[in-house]
Amino acid sequence: MNQPLIEIRSAPHVQAAKTVETIMRHVVYSLLPICAFYVFQYGISALASIVVVTAACLLTERFFVRTGTQAGRLSDYSAVITGLLLALTLPPGFSLWMGAVAGIVAIALGKALFGGIGFNVFNPALVGRAFVQAAFPTAIATYTPSFLAGRFTEFIPSSLAWPLMIPADTAAWLKAKNLDALAGATPLAKWKFDGVIANADELLTSLSGHMAVGPAPALILICGLYLAARRFMDWRIPLAILGSAALTAWLLFAFDPVRYPNPFFMLFSGGLILGAVYMATDMATSPVTPKGMWVYGALIGLLTVVIRYYSGLPEGVMYAILIANAASPLIEKITQPVPFGRGALDRARKRATYPLNPGYISREEASAVTPKKRFLPKKPKK
Amino acid sequence: MSAAAPQTWDEFMEGVWKQNPTFVMILGMCPTLAVTVSAVNAISMGLATLLVLIASCGLVSMMRKVTPKEVRIAVYIVIIATFVTAVDYAIQAISLALYDALGAFIQLIVVNCIILGRAEAHAAKNPPMPAMINAAGMGVGFTIGLLALGVVREILGAGTLFGITLFGAGFQPWVIMVLPPGGFFVLGGWLLLFSWMARRKQRALTVGSDHA
Repeated sequence: MNQPLIEIRSAPHVQAAKTVETIMRHVVYSLLPICAFYVFQYGISALASIVVVTAACLLTERFFVRTGTQAGRLSDYSAVITGLLLALTLPPGFSLWMGAVAGIVAIALGKALFGGIGFNVFNPALVGRAFVQAAFPTAIATYTPSFLAGRFTEFIPSSLAWPLMIPADTAAWLKAKNLDALAGATPLAKWKFDGVIANADELLTSLSGHMAVGPAPALILICGLYLAARRFMDWRIPLAILGSAALTAWLLFAFDPVRYPNPFFMLFSGGLILGAVYMATDMATSPVTPKGMWVYGALIGLLTVVIRYYSGLPEGVMYAILIANAASPLIEKITQPVPFGRGALDRARKRATYPLNPGYISREEASAVTPKKRFLPKKPKK
Repeated sequence: MSAAAPQTWDEFMEGVWKQNPTFVMILGMCPTLAVTVSAVNAISMGLATLLVLIASCGLVSMMRKVTPKEVRIAVYIVIIATFVTAVDYAIQAISLALYDALGAFIQLIVVNCIILGRAEAHAAKNPPMPAMINAAGMGVGFTIGLLALGVVREILGAGTLFGITLFGAGFQPWVIMVLPPGGFFVLGGWLLLFSWMARRKQRALTVGSDHA
């Protein structure tokens, strides 16, 4: 008689041979159509920006991996993702040297300082963007209209500034093209400072007119769906972010429709979709517990809307995600799932961290020794 | 005299390099981060602290035998506050613009932990001459630390050094460098550099001993 063999293994039970490199490579694949659309919108300036920022990220990563201060390899594609995402969040006419600064800061301050891939507390791309937002506040707020004639043959003048020098003024350049300076304002800035609200369907495709917007939210959502379907990304976080942002915006809209824009405008304007799908879902900086993901996403959505409405800045996704990144270890701690066998009603013991505690996992290895808690001897009183 | 000279020099260099208040002891962070927006501010803050440090350590050391132990901190504070007031008025008389730029941080030298720390740890236990030499070393070390921050922040934040324009009129200032985060970034950068140097030295030493 053939007894079926049952192999008994200890946790974690890995189902698929999914490596960090595979996941990251597929995220890069899914970002490529978005980058292509961005280049289609803004021409060679956008292309140069993407290339320079990504190259700066890769070179910095190379330096820190080489000097041994950072874990990981260059071939794990994570620096490419950081570079592409960072370039997508910067204005297309952002000076190339500033883009390079952003890329270097993103990897050096956002990643290498913490020890490399998997150790970073904050999303590296957003660290880079926050740095240049604080360092060059005028340049980062200067957008140019999309779909300009001749965008594939001519750079936006502010792109090609000499290093350390002030970029050229785009307003005069726009005037020569018979466009007023307002054409360069993002929909969010127009709403915040002029009270003009763009239509949600225009925002969804970002194809109509010369809107100064990032890649189409619809396209980003499709690429995100691919990632979620292949399980390279957890669908809970984007859903929680968009849900909580929509709910907050809808409540405010119901409260006073004149003062607050409709929730669709909130969802599809600015970088909310890109942030929700690609930045907040960064595995190293978001909670791993399912309940924690909902809390984390809801926090980001709420903070985004609050910052957009009640602060001096038109856009709030970046700071919302960075704040939630900082909160995610805490969120993880308070949303620990109940261990199997304890019963759903039986609440987890206070400070029970064993499902995620690496010390607990390593105890199953024969060679591992659980460190005993040591108490310092009491100092004798003088 | 010649036998005493190296020891005195060591005493002085202790504060400048080995026990540098800014980069090794990480003391006096409040003025370090707040006033190092430009090199001139940094150097004048450093000099003001240096003067107060030398004078108060000298006086504390002279009075160390008559100071009752129970009220020594109060005595030190009164001594330091006296000299800070003098320096405060002196700076106000020399340059009002500088006085405004440094703001409350001149008065706050009173509570600078470098000075109180020196008074308690060194000046209260040593005769006036070594105490003042040690204080001078600490003051010079603090000035060097402030200057290191001020130079980087002024070059990136304004494109100038000691007020002289370096890059021409079209320079793009890095606003973050004159804001408080810039101070933290630059301080962190210097600390990284020094710890990297120390580690390299350590490694060279261990490798050398292995070969021997």
